[in-house]
Amino acid sequence: MIEIHSLSKSFGLKPVLCGIDLSVTPGEFVALLGPNGAGKTTLLRIVATLSRPNTGEVKVGGLGLATHAYAVRQLLGVVSHQPLLYGELTAEENLRFYARMYGLRTAKARISAVLDQVGLARQRRDLVRTFSRGMQQQLAIARATLHQPQVMLFDEPHTGLDQDAAAMLDDVLRSVAAAGRTVLMITHDLARGLALSDRVAILHRGKIAFQAGSNTLTPAAFTDQYYGLVHA
Amino acid sequence: MPDPTDRQPPTAGFWRAVSAIVWKDLAAELRNKEIVSALFVFSLLVILIFNFALELDKAARENVAAGVLWVTFVFSATLGLNRTFAAEKDRGSLDGLLLAPINRSALYFGKLLSTFVFILIVEIIVIPLFSVLYNISLFSPPLLLVVLLGTLGYAMVGTLLAAMAIHTRAREVMLPILLFPVAVPVVMAAVRASAAILAGAEWGRVAGAFNLVVVYDTIMLAIAIMTFDYLIEE
Amino acid sequence: MQPNRSLRILTISASLLVLLSLYMVFVYAPREVIMGAVQRVFYYHVAAGWVGALAFLVTLIVSILYLATNNVKWDRIAVSSVEIGVVFTSMNIASGSIWARPIWNTWWTWDPRLTTATVMWLLYIAYLMLRQGLEDPERQRRFAAVYGILAFASVPLTFLAIRLWRTIHPVVIGSNDPGAEGQFDMTMRMRTAFFFSLFTFTVLYATLLWHRIRLEGLASRVAIMKARPLHDR
Repeated sequence: MIEIHSLSKSFGLKPVLCGIDLSVTPGEFVALLGPNGAGKTTLLRIVATLSRPNTGEVKVGGLGLATHAYAVRQLLGVVSHQPLLYGELTAEENLRFYARMYGLRTAKARISAVLDQVGLARQRRDLVRTFSRGMQQQLAIARATLHQPQVMLFDEPHTGLDQDAAAMLDDVLRSVAAAGRTVLMITHDLARGLALSDRVAILHRGKIAFQAGSNTLTPAAFTDQYYGLVHA
Repeated sequence: MPDPTDRQPPTAGFWRAVSAIVWKDLAAELRNKEIVSALFVFSLLVILIFNFALELDKAARENVAAGVLWVTFVFSATLGLNRTFAAEKDRGSLDGLLLAPINRSALYFGKLLSTFVFILIVEIIVIPLFSVLYNISLFSPPLLLVVLLGTLGYAMVGTLLAAMAIHTRAREVMLPILLFPVAVPVVMAAVRASAAILAGAEWGRVAGAFNLVVVYDTIMLAIAIMTFDYLIEE
Repeated sequence: MQPNRSLRILTISASLLVLLSLYMVFVYAPREVIMGAVQRVFYYHVAAGWVGALAFLVTLIVSILYLATNNVKWDRIAVSSVEIGVVFTSMNIASGSIWARPIWNTWWTWDPRLTTATVMWLLYIAYLMLRQGLEDPERQRRFAAVYGILAFASVPLTFLAIRLWRTIHPVVIGSNDPGAEGQFDMTMRMRTAFFFSLFTFTVLYATLLWHRIRLEGLASRVAIMKARPLHDR
């Protein structure tokens, strides 16, 4: 579903990604981990079509990003650590805005559906700036799933959430993944990344330094592997 | 599996996206009622400041009326332009707009139109105020047309340059620095046309300036459409 | 790190031409009857204005080329040309002011050509400030290219807009405008000196441009070398 070949990106003279190769099969949940500054967000932004690579190729759903950006955007749902929501509008108005931006014909039905799915149906007429961080993240996921994308990209979605909110987010993530969607999630949390995903990958010094199926590793082994790599 | 007929191709959705952005900007800004009263007070202050600063008798006042009017518009417009992309970038919601499967020009038009409406709101407040305080009637259709087209030209270039300025370090200062020299032709032509209309000149004298405003608007719009993609994509 | 042979020849030629033009302007060309010695400013004033405009036209072209091809060399030419253009436009404005004082008894007039030159100057200062204010080099090049196009497009419009007002600027090359004061007719020798200084300044522009582009290229090589230890791990 996502194919990344020899991806490189530099900011000015600073190389951030140096030849990334990564594949995510349809329906797979991949957790991407790595130390700060490793380039995880940069990689995600490139896959999300928000940034262009210097060299290399990215395909989503068989469509090359360079040539089929619009079509790819239809397939993508992105949740970053900023909620991408407008505080002065209600939850419903935010979703209606995005429904129009994505050209959804069955907007009303979809809006109700996603609000139910994230558990915010009762707050639909509340202004988003009154929402807690956890609620904003849930609304952000609602926004991202509005157009029923086949691929979801998450950039450290648990940032700033307390335990309860994080647990609720995990539930939502599992249901999102269960719906057959392909997921690429960036996270700092080793245990959580391992628990939620089908496969883990570690990005270090601009390259994919390690990959493995999540069920082949215990949390302890994974932690050792991670720190061994990062502190080498 | 999602229904493939649920989505429309980018070309059909152009004006849908533009109107979505305009509606969203206006709803988000105007819901904050303080903004409307702030705009009113701001316009009043600018007119008053000019009145005290210039200390004009009736004849002199008629001479500079067009200039004072346009300086007021330019100040308000510049404030409005600063806001248009700044909030999006700070909140990170610019990404939300870029992720949508829309033509980038739709983003430009949406922002242009919402900023234009804002400036219009200020102008709707200023024009009657100005007429009363300066005792000159501004309610002539040719004049209003010049105001509309001149403001539009300023907003066109301003929106393009605002998209640049938000990435710079001193962004509130950078926008005027970039904008004023480029906007010189349209502001001068608009002032010229306004002054001629207020002085009661026949159309032949006004035509030159008016045509220049139209030409400026056309050329700048063309350049904006062709280059906006380069500014907004990374 | 010597400049290559062609550049050295060009530099020497440019220097010789400048010396020769000095002779042409101060010795060969006759003293103008009405304005006197100060009229000689004209030869360099117009030439400087010409180079300023040429520099910005070059910037327009390479800006479009940069956006189309994404090749950094076009951007190097753009920034070099703008810098040189700003310098020559400054000369144009300053010499215009010097000329104006004894002739029209004022240091400044808001006539079309002088005002347009000033606006042009401000446009390109803004260009340089824009580059300065952007941290990401790729964005810097892209935004500067767009601004270069926009700025150049506004210059003729500015000129037209200001011309809606009256002018007192001498219209030297063929105008029948009765409102223009301060005209003078050029004799054959004056014409020669004039076109020669135009030619000299054009060569001077090309020389400076080449040097500046070369400098820019060297600077970026240095930056790459400096950055290397950071990512050789």
